[in-house]
Amino acid sequence: MRIALFITCFNDTMFPDTGKSVVRVLRRLGHEVEFPYGQTCCGQMHFNTGHRREARPIARGFAETFAPYDAVVTPSGSCAAMVREGHPVLAEGARGKGADRFRAQVAEVAPRVYEFSEFLVDVLGVTDVGAYFPHSVTYHPTCHSARVLGVGDRPVRLLRAVRGLQLAPLPRAAECCGFGGTFALKNAETSTEIGRDKAAAVLESGAQVLCAGDNSCLMHIGGLLSRQHAGVKIMHLADILAATGPHPDLPAFPSGDLAYPVPDPVHPGPLPPDAAAAAAARHEFPFEKGAAR
Amino acid sequence: MTAVRPEPTFLGIPPFPEAAHTALADLHLRANLRKATHTIRERRAAVVGEMPDWEKLRRAGAAIKDDVLAHLPRYLEQLEASVTAAGGTVHWARDAAEANAIVVGIAREHGTDEVVKIKSMATQEIGLNNALAAAGIRAWETDLAELIVQLGHDLPSHILVPAVHKNRAEIRDIFAAGMGDAGRPAPDGLTDRPADLAEAARQHLREKFLRAKVAVSGGNFAVAETGTVCVVESEGNGRMCLTLPDVLITVLGIEKLLPTWQDMEVFLQLLPRSSTGERMNPYTSMWTGVTEGDGPRSFHLVLLDNGRTDVLADPVGRQALRCIRCSACLNVCPVYERTGGQAYGSVYPGPIGAVLTPQLRGINQHDVDPQTASLPYASTLCGACREACPVDIDIPAILTRQRAQLADLGRGPVHRGEQAAMKAAAGAFAEPWRLGLAQHAASFSRHFIGRKGKIGKVPRLLAGPLAGWTASRDAPAAPPESFRSWFKRTDGGLTEGDPATAGSPADGGLEEL
Ligand code: SF4
Repeated sequence: MRIALFITCFNDTMFPDTGKSVVRVLRRLGHEVEFPYGQTCCGQMHFNTGHRREARPIARGFAETFAPYDAVVTPSGSCAAMVREGHPVLAEGARGKGADRFRAQVAEVAPRVYEFSEFLVDVLGVTDVGAYFPHSVTYHPTCHSARVLGVGDRPVRLLRAVRGLQLAPLPRAAECCGFGGTFALKNAETSTEIGRDKAAAVLESGAQVLCAGDNSCLMHIGGLLSRQHAGVKIMHLADILAATGPHPDLPAFPSGDLAYPVPDPVHPGPLPPDAAAAAAARHEFPFEKGAAR
Repeated sequence: MTAVRPEPTFLGIPPFPEAAHTALADLHLRANLRKATHTIRERRAAVVGEMPDWEKLRRAGAAIKDDVLAHLPRYLEQLEASVTAAGGTVHWARDAAEANAIVVGIAREHGTDEVVKIKSMATQEIGLNNALAAAGIRAWETDLAELIVQLGHDLPSHILVPAVHKNRAEIRDIFAAGMGDAGRPAPDGLTDRPADLAEAARQHLREKFLRAKVAVSGGNFAVAETGTVCVVESEGNGRMCLTLPDVLITVLGIEKLLPTWQDMEVFLQLLPRSSTGERMNPYTSMWTGVTEGDGPRSFHLVLLDNGRTDVLADPVGRQALRCIRCSACLNVCPVYERTGGQAYGSVYPGPIGAVLTPQLRGINQHDVDPQTASLPYASTLCGACREACPVDIDIPAILTRQRAQLADLGRGPVHRGEQAAMKAAAGAFAEPWRLGLAQHAASFSRHFIGRKGKIGKVPRLLAGPLAGWTASRDAPAAPPESFRSWFKRTDGGLTEGDPATAGSPADGGLEEL
């Protein structure tokens, strides 16, 4: 299985460590991930702001770049949603030379694009990725991952399997954080007010760390928490799943004692039995899309 | 009795961000809205959750409406025939002016200077009360929430509960101050207990019900097969209007049709649960033409287009015509919950308003004004509306389509700066090397603004649109090395003891955030 990483332009520039975490987790599970250098962006910002003319060549470039791969994994729910739901719309509206090729490629590639938690749970069949993170964590289901992709409880199952991690429920979790891409700029005040309620819910949860599958939403909530000097860390799901020790800035919670041996991250050794079996058994992708309909 | 005076209209409401600015500053409004939306949200979730076949019902609802929209002319003619056969009169109105003129004409014909009204979105959409006022005819709203809005000379802010932005104490004050001008005054020493408020309204409205010769209603559904019109309500005031006066005029959007009587079984399950969060609403009134010795002696049905056929022409936007005005999308909307309905500048607020109002104002055909053009952006695209919608309207898809109509097709006031920025960004994304260059620039900028790796408040002049971000939120500065540079330099972390393979805990790059 040839796996490509779609890092997303935003993570590429602003949150490269999340990409490293994806590489690290997959490597730990025995999978090498390729990074096609031709990739840039999914075109979501353009599409969601109405600039379809500009979004179309970006989507086309995406399809060309990722066509050779069996699976594309991306640490962003909203970018995965853009590819799976938005690219077909763009392809549909394409005219002229190459439009047919574009449509055909999108039909091929878009369904093979997986958000990180989908890829782990559905494609690799793993929930325990051998992580250790002795902190209390609350999880915010970002709107596009929850409502467009329908990732459901996959991220929570992955977090539950992290040793040492205490999962704190997030009150009113399903409510939007107010980021909304360019909404955060075009309607900055409303965006902020929505975000403040989300930040308050995070504080109510009592968790040390806020986790989500989208760094964009996290940047928004984290920016509000930071301005309030709330002391809550924000971390992408991949960054927690990659962790094998306490966060340097956080006290271990509650004691940090290990009940399990942690795999050596450099020489991971044999895969956990369930992961190895699942990885071997899967040449097909059993993932069934659970869009909110 | 005082002179007939016009009611306030939405004219002059500024574009959404400005209107929202005013609304957000009103903490009182925010508290009222939060309480109301959360209460009804939970109620809806509970009664929807107990239906094992809810998804199937939604799909059935959407399919029935799509069938109606696909064969609208046929069903409309069928309805006209069945209503006429049952003794009613059918009128066709292309726009608001025609509809208003028809209603005014009928009222005049019956020599009345007042009508009682049942809560109706269609009559609000066409500004009927003001058209009647201009003709010297008073229109009395009899729905409790509409009455509050009318007596308070206010604007509605919700489809189902137009006075949702008012709390009990405010309602008491409005009744005490306004009822005397409109008829029977509120009793002395009126308290803000719900029972007392309801009793005051009951006394005030009763004399109007008993006196009125003409009633005006909207309709939730009209069955083409039988000619039956249906009004669904909670208070019973609608039924008073439907049964006491001699003349009944119903103004009905042409999309309100259902093909057959049996289709009601789907919608009478979908609507109350989505709307008030009840299993069944207290009053469901249905009538077919006129019946000797029972109810009104004359029935007029005004079929209203007012832009609907233009909406129908748009393959994506037309699904907005499935809407049954339940208001579930408003109640779950994170934007509506903070700004309230008046900021949308239309009788249709919230997510459905953001997709319906621009279409009714012609965004599918031509340029629109700045207020209308601001509506498609009044959404985070979180999708909660679609999830809640009982007829599965893909509101986010219509919103992004309208944004494309504004940006690509130039139907809105052009934001030159945004156009240029989007073009520049698209240029950077066209070629990976250009993105690399842009990343170097982003990363270099950290030397100017980084304070422990984060960007605090930036003056608006310096930051342009970014000031909107940094006014309330810190922003992380871009790290020194992009992911692609790292991957290239270390061969994906294989060639050197990079953190990604060396086992130190990764964090999200927002150390100080
Ligand atoms: S769009 Fe859907 S949820 Fe909103 S009012 Fe209409 S039917 Fe109800």
